Amino acid sequence: MIVRAIEQLGAGALYHVRDLGRMARFLGYSFAGFFKRPFRFAEVIRQLRLIGVNSTPLILFIGLFTGMVLGLQGYHTLSKVGMEGTLGMLVSLSLIRELGPVLTALMVTGRAGSAMCAELGIMRNSEQFDALECMAIDPFRYLISPKYLAILIAMPILTILFDLIGIFGGYLTGVVLLGINPGAYMSGIEVKVLNEDITLGLYKSVSFGLLVVWICTGRGYFVQKIKGAGFGAEAVSRVTTQAVVYTSIAVLLWNYLITAVFI
Amino acid sequence: MKPAIRFVDVVKKFDDQVVLDHVNVEFQKGKTTVIAGGSGQGKSVALKLILGLMEPDSGQIFVDGVEIGNLDRKELDEVRSKFGVLFQGSALLDSMTVWENIALPLRERTKISRDELISRVDDALAQFDLSGHGDKFPAQLSGGMRKRVGLARATMLHPEIILFDEPTTGLDPQITMDIYRLFFRTQQQYGFTSIIVSHDIPKVFNLADQVVILNDGKMTLFEKPEFIQHSTDPMIMKFVEQTMGEVYTSSEELK
Repeated sequence: MIVRAIEQLGAGALYHVRDLGRMARFLGYSFAGFFKRPFRFAEVIRQLRLIGVNSTPLILFIGLFTGMVLGLQGYHTLSKVGMEGTLGMLVSLSLIRELGPVLTALMVTGRAGSAMCAELGIMRNSEQFDALECMAIDPFRYLISPKYLAILIAMPILTILFDLIGIFGGYLTGVVLLGINPGAYMSGIEVKVLNEDITLGLYKSVSFGLLVVWICTGRGYFVQKIKGAGFGAEAVSRVTTQAVVYTSIAVLLWNYLITAVFI
Repeated sequence: MKPAIRFVDVVKKFDDQVVLDHVNVEFQKGKTTVIAGGSGQGKSVALKLILGLMEPDSGQIFVDGVEIGNLDRKELDEVRSKFGVLFQGSALLDSMTVWENIALPLRERTKISRDELISRVDDALAQFDLSGHGDKFPAQLSGGMRKRVGLARATMLHPEIILFDEPTTGLDPQITMDIYRLFFRTQQQYGFTSIIVSHDIPKVFNLADQVVILNDGKMTLFEKPEFIQHSTDPMIMKFVEQTMGEVYTSSEELK
């Protein structure tokens, strides 16, 4: 009984070490794909449309309401200590340093990451990767690296949009609805938001983008090697769910680490 | 003559299941070899080993005299450029139209002009009875049409060897015959070496110059299909008894 439990523990550990090794090699091949010719810029544009342009309405919607709620909550908290005038600073710093990059990453994971994972999983199951390899076409150069480049471009842009619309949402509730002085709201942003806050937010967004594309494409690519995933359509569905969960956890953990280092 | 493909003492296992057990076999150039055997006997695994999509646990595989086990990515791609493959499910790229799927190997592996590309793809569409379907996506095609697109794509670069993985699985008898006719016509035109994996026995035997029977991890090569019926090997006799009751497709019918 005990021996069996130890065996299972060992087998589980070995599986995860192998899985991590596979994923690390996958990341390396994906970056190597940037340097192989001919690089598919047309595919990067197509992916930018799918990941970036098509995600924009959702990002704007979530950003606006996040900013409005922050404005509402912030006003009620700050008014208790008579500091309503600092609402602009609170909303903008919260969005630029934390909420903007994190929520954008979670939205992109749910919308584009899951789609990428399912697409690659289906391609693996229907031997489309094998077909590419048999035609001596590198699937990383052809399919995966353009997704990486597209998400690394799209994520900071989406994050900036999220931050801007969020700050506008805070303005709507704080200034238009609750009557804070608009000059105080804007000067709080102007004085307290530093370049390093914006840089940190953008670094975060790029690193989260990398996590999203790495985990989601990697899980889809290795759909047939994932223990307990099952087969066929069921495997794709389970692995897609797994990719979204793993990416969300990775984003939150990485956000904590980055914040702890740079705060 | 140097064989197109040679297996030397090849072993392939999945966990404890031995799929190929010290296999030694040669596939001759310019000939059509059918690999026959029951489901789950490792026929498709043999094809993936030939293409370097899987590695054997031990033994060597030679393609045109080159051992593929120790090749780097670039060298393996050079070997793969000798092949065309028709996959069991056709493996067409879902996001591309029929036209784009057929054009893919030309676009990626050659530097021909746009005009020539268009002309060659349009010719292929006509040759494989796909005219008027170039703008459709794979999901809009029937099984037989998908196979024809797959075959058109496999032959676009005039490969030396074409591998067919269960080319008629899931197709009705009439479309099966159409696919075999198309295969026969294309083979006559290009003269490639072909390896057909099939459990559609004995319908494919009249296409074959050689037959390899795969059973319990062992491959047995017959220089002519009709030699199978004279075998005294108990395993082969059992196989003949189980599968040869059906009527052969005549070569006249295929022509």
